[in-house]
Amino acid sequence: MSTRTLDPTRPTIVPGAQRTLRNRVTPGQTVRDSLAMARRGLIKVRRTPEQLFDVTLQPIIFTVMFTFLFGGAVAGDVASYLPIVIPGILVQTVITTSVVTGVQLREDMDKGVFDRFKSLPIARIAPLAGALLADVLRYLIATTITITMGLVMGWRPGGGFVGVALAGLLVVVCAWSISWIFAFFGVIARSASSVQGISFMVLFPLTFLSNAFVSVDTLPSWLQGFVNVNPVSHLVTAVRELAGSGTLTHEVGIALLGSAVIVAVFAPLAVRAYMRKA
Amino acid sequence: MSSTDRAVEAHGLVKTFGSHRAVDGVDLSVRTGSVYGVLGPNGAGKTTTIRMLATLLRPDAGSATIFGHDVGREPFVVRQLIGVTGQYASVDETLSATENLQLFCRLNGLHGAAARRRSNDLLEEFDLTEAATRPLKNFSGGMRRRLDLAASLIAQPPLLFLDEPTTGLDPRTRAQMWATIRRLVATGSTVLLTTQYLEEADQLADRIAVIDHGRVVAEGTGDELKASVGAQSLQLTLVDADDVTAASRTVEQVLGTSPVASPEARRLTVPVDDATRVTDVLTALRAAAIDLAGLSLDKPTLDEVFLALTGSPTDTDVTGTDDAGDVPAGDVPAAGSRTETRIETRTKTHPETRSDTMEVSA
Ligand SMILES: Nc1ncnc2c1ncn2[C@@H]1O[C@H](COP(=O)(O)OP(=O)(O)O)[C@@H](O)[C@H]1O
Ligand SMILES: [Mg+2]
Repeated sequence: MSTRTLDPTRPTIVPGAQRTLRNRVTPGQTVRDSLAMARRGLIKVRRTPEQLFDVTLQPIIFTVMFTFLFGGAVAGDVASYLPIVIPGILVQTVITTSVVTGVQLREDMDKGVFDRFKSLPIARIAPLAGALLADVLRYLIATTITITMGLVMGWRPGGGFVGVALAGLLVVVCAWSISWIFAFFGVIARSASSVQGISFMVLFPLTFLSNAFVSVDTLPSWLQGFVNVNPVSHLVTAVRELAGSGTLTHEVGIALLGSAVIVAVFAPLAVRAYMRKA
Repeated sequence: MSSTDRAVEAHGLVKTFGSHRAVDGVDLSVRTGSVYGVLGPNGAGKTTTIRMLATLLRPDAGSATIFGHDVGREPFVVRQLIGVTGQYASVDETLSATENLQLFCRLNGLHGAAARRRSNDLLEEFDLTEAATRPLKNFSGGMRRRLDLAASLIAQPPLLFLDEPTTGLDPRTRAQMWATIRRLVATGSTVLLTTQYLEEADQLADRIAVIDHGRVVAEGTGDELKASVGAQSLQLTLVDADDVTAASRTVEQVLGTSPVASPEARRLTVPVDDATRVTDVLTALRAAAIDLAGLSLDKPTLDEVFLALTGSPTDTDVTGTDDAGDVPAGDVPAAGSRTETRIETRTKTHPETRSDTMEVSA
């Protein structure tokens, strides 16, 4: 640590050969570096609040639109559709938000400041982890607004405050994990718009071909097969159970396990691709 | 393990982009405590070389050590020893100057009050205090560069890479940057800087490597380099384009060096070591009844250094040696391939360069 302690009053520079140098970064430094990067991300959000349009407007539009559009057809009336659709929209909105992470990371990486990050003796993962961490703010905003919209429209979740809070937390955790996938695409893609294109192509079928908006048994059997293995369906079910009755079922376990696997696979891939990038 | 007297030692660095060898076997040796200038036109491979030395880019071949630490095997150690100021501002545009410096303080292990103190000190030192909280969007080029440099100095690195630190700056700001670089060296820092300006390398650097097409074409002190093209360069514009051949012969007889001719522009350029010899040239031209439309005497430009070095038949022999002063001055065959080199060199150099000097001898 001695090389990092600076004395601004010292007139001369310690020669390279006389310095105590560390060969690798400690876990503690990894956390500190990532937090410093997350702080940068939050300052950027404060500077450009218009970037929060999607996470504030999309939940409002989607809750109103889907509830009144499908409420009667799917569940008979709006009130009985809310417990089905609010968890669905919550999952869909927050996961869609995680795409933006990859797009913004791509735009960010093309800036000169990332060169400096690479030349600093910091944890390699920090610039990525920090950016992804700062995006948790976006997920929290999207989650809060979706839930609030539901409550305003008459959703009365049986899980109470704790159940709803846990459901929201689960969605945020899963979205953060999934954002590593898009971070990876963000790093390897040529341009920000291509990240967006690829990501939405993957996300549209995943979020719509799930139990997020309709009951599975209304679907043709070939589609049921896909919907039932779709991880999004499991997450939606877990959220419905948590918010609806406050019960922790194995679906929560599946969602968390899936998230862990995604991070374990895509975080190293993303970091490696990031370091390779010239 | 660490060698104390060499800040940078690079052997045979190669970097290929697709089929293009951007850096093609560069050797560099920079003594600790010195300023080393890498001089070359746009696209010569300066930035790519720095990126490899700064662990930002993996060399395809060759090796490099920073204070004895291999950039490939010990990148994390190397990053603790260097500061990098890129050609394009490597600070965060959306953050203010203070926020930028505090971010980099935190990333350098300074937190809380220590980070605030250090960034305030640097803001003051680089004359940025007044603008500290303004968004960088409103910063001038000079302010950006200063902030960039300040950010590189947070950890007081013993080796600094400055990639074209003054390109695009007005003369006053450039002079300020020079003063700053000199101050840094006085504190014991080693500086490796790149530039397109011979004058800048000459002013700041103890030794200079001239690089072109990814190769070091000459290495030596500023004086040695300039000696290779003569202390100054004489430019003659003839009234009659038909006189070009005769005038060339006359000039060569007087100075012993054949001038570079451009018949279209009726212009001859020749290095002269001793300005008083210009009188002899003029007298000889008068005697030969060759009329002049104009003449000028200038310091050698990068163009001329390049012309002498890359256009010289002995250019391969010069590579990587210290005796650039032995390069035959102005001895330039008008071979087609050489001509291309010259055009490129001319069009991409210092805006202050007399752009009409290097008309090509076809
Ligand atoms: N990332 C890259 N991909 C492809 N070509 C590159 C890349 N970086 C540099 N080059 C090419 O390599 C050559 C050297 O570039 P550079 O090192 O930036 O030169 P300089 O800094 O001397 O102007 C140029 O021809 C440039 O176009
Ligand atoms: Mg460059």
